[in-house]
Amino acid sequence: MEISVDGQGTYVYTGGKSLEAARDASLPAVLFIHGAALDHSCWNLQSRWFAHHGHAVLAVDLPGHGRSAVGPLTSVAAMAAWLAALLDAAGFPRAALVGHSMGSLAALETAACFPERIAGIALLGNATPMPVSAALLEAAKNDEPRARNMINVWSHSPRGQVGGNAVPGLWQIGMNLRLMERAAPGVLHTDLSACNDYRSGLERAARVACPALILSGSHDLMAPPKATLALADALPGATRVILNGAGHAMMSEQPDAVLDALIAFLARA
Amino acid sequence: MAEPKCYRFDTLSLHAGQVPDSQYGARATPIYLTTSFVFKDSDHAASLFNMERAGHVYSRISNPTNAVLEERISALEGGVGAIATASGQAALHLAIATLMDAGSHIVASRALYGGSHNLLEYTLPRFGIATSFVSPRDLDGIRAAIRPNTRLIFGETLGNPGLDVLDVPGLAQIAHEHGLPLLVDATFTTPYLMQPLEQGADLVMHSATKFLGGHGVAIGGLLVDGGRFDWDREGASAGKFPTLSEAYEGFHGMDFAEESPVAAFLLRARREGLRDFGAAMSPLTAFQILQGVETLPLRMARHIDNTRKIVAHLVAHPQVESVSYPELPGHPDHELAKRLLPKGCGAVFTFVLKAGAGGSRLAGKRFIESLRVFSHLANVGDAKSLVIHPASTTHFRMSAEALAAAGIFEGTVRLSVGLENAEDLIEDLNRGLYAAQKS
Repeated sequence: MEISVDGQGTYVYTGGKSLEAARDASLPAVLFIHGAALDHSCWNLQSRWFAHHGHAVLAVDLPGHGRSAVGPLTSVAAMAAWLAALLDAAGFPRAALVGHSMGSLAALETAACFPERIAGIALLGNATPMPVSAALLEAAKNDEPRARNMINVWSHSPRGQVGGNAVPGLWQIGMNLRLMERAAPGVLHTDLSACNDYRSGLERAARVACPALILSGSHDLMAPPKATLALADALPGATRVILNGAGHAMMSEQPDAVLDALIAFLARA
Repeated sequence: MAEPKCYRFDTLSLHAGQVPDSQYGARATPIYLTTSFVFKDSDHAASLFNMERAGHVYSRISNPTNAVLEERISALEGGVGAIATASGQAALHLAIATLMDAGSHIVASRALYGGSHNLLEYTLPRFGIATSFVSPRDLDGIRAAIRPNTRLIFGETLGNPGLDVLDVPGLAQIAHEHGLPLLVDATFTTPYLMQPLEQGADLVMHSATKFLGGHGVAIGGLLVDGGRFDWDREGASAGKFPTLSEAYEGFHGMDFAEESPVAAFLLRARREGLRDFGAAMSPLTAFQILQGVETLPLRMARHIDNTRKIVAHLVAHPQVESVSYPELPGHPDHELAKRLLPKGCGAVFTFVLKAGAGGSRLAGKRFIESLRVFSHLANVGDAKSLVIHPASTTHFRMSAEALAAAGIFEGTVRLSVGLENAEDLIEDLNRGLYAAQKS
């Protein structure tokens, strides 16, 4: 569905259910936030499950991504402000946030800025801070096909490199590449720069008041599990789960394991 | 840090789509010869039907063995996914039925496999879908044939029977200017010789029966989605593909382009086309075709090597009137072939016998009947060499004039060059050529 956020048309996937049907549900609304140069469709399976199990679901296309034309936002702080405005525009005073990679930084910052509005944060493929290699940043700026290839290889585990997709007939390496190719020129570099520049995450974590899940893939080269240790210390009571064998693209490599971890976490949020 | 690389073609031919199974560690792809799959509980069942969890329900819709083949061909073609079908014809029908309704129109190359031509020319009009046929070499004619209700451009990478080389980049440009997808039948080239998606095509289909299988034991088809076509783009394609860009009441009210911008076509094709038309591939067939795909790069290199030796021999043979192969300078598409098919122009080609005393038709019959290594049958793409003489078999009712109109002469012979020793093949052809001369 299309809604207006800060006067700009914004696309939100609702998991195959209308928001109205779930607006008064007792379960928290769930806001899914994608990573760099991607869109809502990276959450297909997980968002549909929550939408069909009583939650209102908002899987956003961040500004400048997917069907949300204007953008992109240039900092994680701007993403947090925008996500709060999105919740206002959609009429949800409170929600749980599920973010992947760049989206996980946006979820963390939103929970720090608006602790009263966030019921829980699930941070997937997170590293805090999230430094991006100079080689990747340079490629994203000057040679996007090369940058997309680097990300695609680094985002998949050794097993994921040969496929074996849980969704029948889809070649995940190709899916991920095509989705990144759809981003407008410059979006990837802007996103990666926003990740690289967000250095206050560990300090901001002290302001987070809700339950937190840190979900990592054991074979994630983009955001290795050890890169979440400091964040786990900074988020009191955070639950840290490592998916054995998964890479950064964990929602497609191990969709059921990701979903099960989210179900268990959001049941407590 | 070294530049990261995805696996290359030869490695993907062997591995893409399959990891050893978790229960027994089987290295080969297991054959899941089962109609259906047990649910863990009621919620699991509901979540599978509703696309909340990934998995298999019923083998008409999906099957683990088929899924390996689907991923493998997707990896080799550079696509986002694929659907395995009961035959190449089923793949073509699935593509058309997914994209359009009665009242729609297709612009197709005139140089098509006979089965595809029959479907478009005679069968689909009964269901309200018309086709205009244009020479694949006439790009202006193709552009002119596009109508407001056109929904697809279709051609073969190497046309039948003259091996017209499809100008995939040129056709893709025309198609995309009009907001239309380009579907390419790449059966004769396989992804080893050309990856049409990288040349601009949007969808690729194969008769996997041919070179992909290579063994001649299984009938099957594959339909690959490149994932680049924007089905609900504002502008030229807006409103042309409601099957992909509007809610479908037949499947949870799903808007497939909204659900997955890059895999909308595959979602609809599987969730409607396989479900309702049911032209699914058997898992046993998928396994058999996978065995062929594992050696595709090795076989195609040998097919091309043998073909080049035979073409060179026939070109110089006094009993041969002409040879049609795009690598020859005299072929109309020679320059295009050098650009699009640098690794080779396939292993199927035609040549024309000189008439003996009894005429060209008799020369063709004598030629065929004298061969010992080449098998006389109506197929191509086998590991074994194959031959057919259209004027005495597939086109035997046609007069010399009617044959000529179809680009065939009474002395035309079609070869599908296999993997035997090239010297044995050349000796066999010499035997036939001698008999033809004596006819």
